Amino acid sequence: MADDAVAEQERMRTFQAAALPHLDDVYTLARYLMRNTQDAEDAVQECYLRALRHFDSYRGPAMKPWLLAILRNVCNAEFARRSKEEVPTDYTQDESLAEEMPMWQEPQASPEKMMVRQQDTATIRRLVAELPEPFREAIVLREMNNLSYQEIAQVAGVPVGTVMSRLARARAMLRAAWNAAETVTTRPGPAVASGTAS
Amino acid sequence: MRCDETEVMLHALIDGELDAGHARDVEAHVASCAGCGEKLAAFRTMHDVMSAAPLKETAPAHLRNRIEALMATPASRVVSIRQFMKPTRRSFFGGFAMGSALSAAVAASLVLTVIRKDQEQTIAEEVVSAHIRSLQAGHLMDVETSDRHTVKPWFNGRVDVAPPVVDLTAESFTLLGGRLDYIDSEPVAAIVYQRRKHLINLFVARHLGSKRGRALSETIQGYNCRHWSQDGFDLWAVSDLVGDELDEFVQKIAGGLRQSSRAS
Repeated sequence: MADDAVAEQERMRTFQAAALPHLDDVYTLARYLMRNTQDAEDAVQECYLRALRHFDSYRGPAMKPWLLAILRNVCNAEFARRSKEEVPTDYTQDESLAEEMPMWQEPQASPEKMMVRQQDTATIRRLVAELPEPFREAIVLREMNNLSYQEIAQVAGVPVGTVMSRLARARAMLRAAWNAAETVTTRPGPAVASGTAS
Repeated sequence: MRCDETEVMLHALIDGELDAGHARDVEAHVASCAGCGEKLAAFRTMHDVMSAAPLKETAPAHLRNRIEALMATPASRVVSIRQFMKPTRRSFFGGFAMGSALSAAVAASLVLTVIRKDQEQTIAEEVVSAHIRSLQAGHLMDVETSDRHTVKPWFNGRVDVAPPVVDLTAESFTLLGGRLDYIDSEPVAAIVYQRRKHLINLFVARHLGSKRGRALSETIQGYNCRHWSQDGFDLWAVSDLVGDELDEFVQKIAGGLRQSSRAS
């Protein structure tokens, strides 16, 4: 019996050493998937709970994508549940934002549109948060969690080719929103055209 | 290489995902195509800006504490079984939609659920595990004091009950302190007493066991275990004390609780 307790302790230590260093990564993805702090924290906790439960069957390859895949499933399960219930108001708003995205994404031929200007961290976060799924997830996994294409494919459960096209589209949308955001912040007047050279 | 082919490859190039041969092809195209060249420059700048910005969030300290406490909880398989049943928001975080890699494991644990011993037994085992764990060096107490007026307020905001802390020094049960523990994934107040060399953990929560009101008395892994409900609390006492003495402890605690609830 005492041996069991010791083995359990050992298992827990191994898990802790392997999983805890990725807490910030897991939390970051949770923030972008769940969109609010409380839900993100609950999701992270559930993720670690599940990970702990399935740790015995974990065979690699890497801990970070494994944890992020679990987190993603936790979040999706929560969304699936919510969609059966009423749609929360902030969620509706997010949807309408997502619908606006393609407008910003209209191909722009003018050379200055090709440029990417500096944005502060808060703005970048907001722009990423406003991307529709599954593009938001792809860009967060790449730019914030720093995963390889192969790992993103594992987390999202899609082929690498899909990851590549999602990332390309995510970045195209992000760049359009990025430049549009610049215009809005520096020139608040709605009538001002964005084409003015700076 | 055509422009539409290059579009997706540009990103793979930026992300360092292309082998040398493809990278050369893309670079050759970009060098001869102004449009794609500008795109590459723009996306690369955006990627660089994002890489340089501190975009990764830091998990708040209280979340980190929660996770660490979770990891100190053994036999977590037990944990979410109750979550499957509980109709709360959290329960669906413990829902069924899992990735393919995990679904087999989940299916296995579902079978476990069906053939599982009743929940009372499960909790009893977890309580005993928590007791055993508390005996490991440095795990016993978060707040170490024989003063019940220090122990009780310590739990404020840590658990959702104000646990009764009874002074039993006169009955030679010495109050050692308190600890936050996790049982069945819920935070639980653990109050630690001692008689001679024997430690007693008294676990207190609002719900800790399914059959409210039914007292339970048994021995698990050599530890004596008592469960009863009183004044809206579920209480579990675990110790290596002999059964009679643990019964005495339970009676004293129950008596002290009755007194304090009358007084208030």
